[in-house]
Amino acid sequence: MAVIEIKQVAKSFGSFTALHSVDLTIADQEFMVLLGASGCGKTTLLRIIAGLETPTIGEVWIGGRRVDHLPPRERGIAMVFQNYAVFPHLTVFENIAFGLRMKKMDQAEVTRRVNRTAELMHIEQLLKRYSGELSGGQRQRVAVARALAMEPDVILMDEPLSNLDALLRLEMRAELKGVLAESNTTTIYVTHDQVEAMSLADRISVMNGGRIVQAANPVEVYRNPAARFVGSFIGNPPMNFLKAEPAGAGKWQVAGQVFDGPASAAAEFAIRPEDLHPAEAGLPAEVRVVEPLGPHTLVTASVAGQPFRAVLESNLLPAPGDVLHLAPVPDRIRWFDPATQSALR
Amino acid sequence: MSETSVRRAGNRVFIAGVALLILWVLLPIWLLFVNALSAPAEVTGFPKRFIPSFDLASLSFFFGFSGVIDALWNSVKVAALTMILSIGVGAPAGYALSRFDFPGKETFRFLVVMTRAFPLPLLALPLAVMFIRTGLDDTILGLALVHTTLALPFAVLITFSLFSGIPLELEEAAWTLGCNRVQAFTKVILPLAAPGIAASAVFAFVISWNEVFAAAVLTVENRTLTAFLLQSLDVSPLPLKFAGGAALVLPALFFIFAVRKYLFAMWGIANR
Repeated sequence: MAVIEIKQVAKSFGSFTALHSVDLTIADQEFMVLLGASGCGKTTLLRIIAGLETPTIGEVWIGGRRVDHLPPRERGIAMVFQNYAVFPHLTVFENIAFGLRMKKMDQAEVTRRVNRTAELMHIEQLLKRYSGELSGGQRQRVAVARALAMEPDVILMDEPLSNLDALLRLEMRAELKGVLAESNTTTIYVTHDQVEAMSLADRISVMNGGRIVQAANPVEVYRNPAARFVGSFIGNPPMNFLKAEPAGAGKWQVAGQVFDGPASAAAEFAIRPEDLHPAEAGLPAEVRVVEPLGPHTLVTASVAGQPFRAVLESNLLPAPGDVLHLAPVPDRIRWFDPATQSALR
Repeated sequence: MSETSVRRAGNRVFIAGVALLILWVLLPIWLLFVNALSAPAEVTGFPKRFIPSFDLASLSFFFGFSGVIDALWNSVKVAALTMILSIGVGAPAGYALSRFDFPGKETFRFLVVMTRAFPLPLLALPLAVMFIRTGLDDTILGLALVHTTLALPFAVLITFSLFSGIPLELEEAAWTLGCNRVQAFTKVILPLAAPGIAASAVFAFVISWNEVFAAAVLTVENRTLTAFLLQSLDVSPLPLKFAGGAALVLPALFFIFAVRKYLFAMWGIANR
């Protein structure tokens, strides 16, 4: 139970700036996901909160206490690492008990907590085993159990599912969400997987180039990207972007069609691939590739020479070379400033 | 010539090469042990029996020889002290090299290896003078210090590769679970590194055990076994030399065999 405040935190490694003055407040018991491509600074930010990295400047507050000068053990955090970091020389029981023994907890309480968290993570039958005798998924469960047993204010997770195979990842994702919701801790979860981020998060912080581009709930991030980057990073396939020419006050011409838009000097038109439907009048799309995916058909096309994707109903099967007229859902159209890349409202 | 016959010929050359190398290593050792375990009369005889006669006369003569037991005990003391000193200094250096980035790290690693480039005879005379001035001459500690400088590069390199093989994440996990740096080292890193550190210690022991030049120059009264044998080489009978040789080789051979896995790891050769 703790609020986390990150105030103007920056980090440089030599001449490379990993984080540019990040400000972020994470509410008590919130599940915050830091999402971004590799190298965007998300892991660096997490490690600064954990105390494994020191910020070049800025402050980190956890539960109303300034912690950026404290070692990890005095921050009230627990962390789950990407490679699990299960101690190979200890049994699963002793791994989970490790932090409790460091706190000098009495044996009865240690046993009680280990058994409870092991049960929670469904590893009670593995308690006598060593890490070398466990599968990747089981090791991950041990790592999460070890963090939960500490009953920390804050749990930090660094891509905990990225080393698991796809099916296991799906299973663990749902389980993690349930377990963490019950644990009443504040969670910060780093991932590059947007589906993981969308499914787990109360709020997503999308990071790019050492900055937080947008911090909002998953639907908001998806529907109203604060910047072009967010639209192009989130969504599979990502958002479509088309050039727009001014056509009078608040009117923009896009591939021969006129749309209502912002009253700015320049703008770029954006629409999600699933917010399109074939119509009499619409954006003329020359079909290049057609991929029937079952629930829907993915069409890769070109609109006025620019790449364009549409997710259409599966009974619609155009042939390459066909010209489709695709009408965007009016209230799903978004506009971006070509100069600043940020959203225009 | 067909392709199979070429391959077969290549195979034969390979097997012959392997056999030659095995003989190169094993033949002297075999001769040493056959002679050490034969009756003194048999030592000069030829041909040799493949299995020695297990006559312990040579060995008992050797151990009864005046000064041998003292020299053996000196060797053990010097080697043990060398082992403690080189691990005590080398393991922290290996840990620092594997965990921290500091200016001149590569230069330091290079210098560590460079210490082996100085020929000992070159250093022995100034060392002897210095030791006489400081009163370290002819002492166990003095010789152990010299042997430590010989063993230290290996101790640093072996422990460096050892600590590098232990993921930093394990240490970080320990920190987040309530350990300070020292506790994380003793509770997580040390148990994982212990077998390798022991191996590195044994290797330092063997280096000291086998070293003859510094031992011969820097000791007079407190000779180690190697120095003692060297000194009495021209006056002792052949069976004594063989028995002494065997007594020197056996522990070294045994120890090196026990820790071979870690010595391979030092050079980055996986031995699975």
